[in-house]
Amino acid sequence: MKITEAFERGEFVVTAEVGPPKGIHIEHVVEEAKTYLSGITAVNVTDNQSSVMRLGSLATCKVLKDEGLTPIFQLTCRDRNRIALQSDLLSAAMLGIENLLLLTGDHTRMGDHPQAKPVFDLDSVSLIHTVKQLESGVDLGGNELVGEPPKFAKGAVVSPCSDSVDAQLAKMERKVAAGCDYFQTQAVFEPEKFIKFMEKAKQFGKPVQVGVIIPKSVGMARFMNNNVAGVHVPDDMLEELKKDKEKTKAGITGVEIAARIIKECRPYCQGVHIMALGWEAKVPELLKQAGI
Amino acid sequence: MLITQLKPKETIASLVEGKVFVINCHGCKEVSFPEKEAVELQKELEAQGKLTGVITTDYICNPENMKLRLESHKQEIDAADMILVLSCGVGVQTVAEYFEDKKVCAACDTYPLPGFQGVTPLEYDCDQCGECYLNITGGICPITACSKSLVNGQCGGAKNGKCEVDSNMECGWERIYRRLAQLGRLDVLKCPTQIRNYATEEKTEA
Ligand code: SF4
Ligand code: SF4
Repeated sequence: MKITEAFERGEFVVTAEVGPPKGIHIEHVVEEAKTYLSGITAVNVTDNQSSVMRLGSLATCKVLKDEGLTPIFQLTCRDRNRIALQSDLLSAAMLGIENLLLLTGDHTRMGDHPQAKPVFDLDSVSLIHTVKQLESGVDLGGNELVGEPPKFAKGAVVSPCSDSVDAQLAKMERKVAAGCDYFQTQAVFEPEKFIKFMEKAKQFGKPVQVGVIIPKSVGMARFMNNNVAGVHVPDDMLEELKKDKEKTKAGITGVEIAARIIKECRPYCQGVHIMALGWEAKVPELLKQAGI
Repeated sequence: MLITQLKPKETIASLVEGKVFVINCHGCKEVSFPEKEAVELQKELEAQGKLTGVITTDYICNPENMKLRLESHKQEIDAADMILVLSCGVGVQTVAEYFEDKKVCAACDTYPLPGFQGVTPLEYDCDQCGECYLNITGGICPITACSKSLVNGQCGGAKNGKCEVDSNMECGWERIYRRLAQLGRLDVLKCPTQIRNYATEEKTEA
């Protein structure tokens, strides 16, 4: 199923992401996804996230699909040139994977192979353009595809709490112009900023899912504040996480915070994207508390 | 060694808005300059009554030298709506930085040729990408100022204005965005999707 169909039906679309393991044993990931994420619309599979080498996104998508879940194939421009990207897109279509999230990708310097060559032959915008072109039956080199062309729901990301939010909006506009169908956002901890962002973003007429992370500890929140672009956990939330260490450790505080963020943002957007970062088991409780 | 080649006529025509002041840089001895085409272009602009003046010089990438020359042509420059620079990417960036509120356009693409590079000041860099983007980036080179050489806008990686790769380096695309905002030219960000062409050697032979 294409995620765009759910948006068209007017559903509040819920997605969550899973990361493939660094190795070939995927049973655990599949088990968790089946147990905790089978009720939601679709599951993102990250592509060597943070430039850390892992099992492939495409192969993992196929396994999840065979288990009855709807995968979203995340594809970055860091590791493949335009030939490899297009080839993987055709492979995805052949395997029946219909949802994409198209990203530029972190620099190789950020991950566990800093010596690797960063590719960036294309970027998020030109990759969306490329998918659109494939959908018209022609590849980026101008050559015709044989047979029926692929069709995808094309997603991209945007960072609503970034300190350069106007530049982010300009980039969002370019993604829309290139053919993007829907957006998932970077994690939001400041609903006011998100709401302000949506006031401007709604002119593009594309569905937006607010990104949510369940904060696990004060340390994690501080780490994000210092290191993760476009993410800022405000002081009162830090205090809240500090107050009752046991409750925070058990994930109760984090789920409360995340549920509150979803509730506040819900009237302004078309869905939520949950980055559970290993806390997939808490997703059902989070959705319950958020009233979804 | 590098080579500057005039952009296609239609491209230059689309850049020209109102009256034009032209700067030609014959460059350091490492640059091969399209002299015949440049003269032709200036004649055409003059015939259309669009030319306010011309400087032909070398080393416009030397800001001190360039400032002196520009000052002596102040009237002609003030009378122009924009400045068209025929030089390598470094030259255009030097001029663009000098004119904070005037449109500065690159009329050339810069390609590498085997051999030595020209003399370039440290602040500006040109990778001779063969498809100069300075006209859609406010005169800041996205190839060298962005760690990923992105040509369609910033990635989501900048934190506090710094690049995700190097916290000592300003995000090139935030600089571009600010410059375009200052010039009142944010509309150029609505340009078509840019896709890089790595087959530039082929183009140089043609
Ligand atoms: S975009 Fe940058 S690298 Fe390319 S020609 Fe212009 S200044 Fe040089
Ligand atoms: S943070 Fe800025 S300079 Fe660094 S790679 Fe991203 S867009 Fe380029």
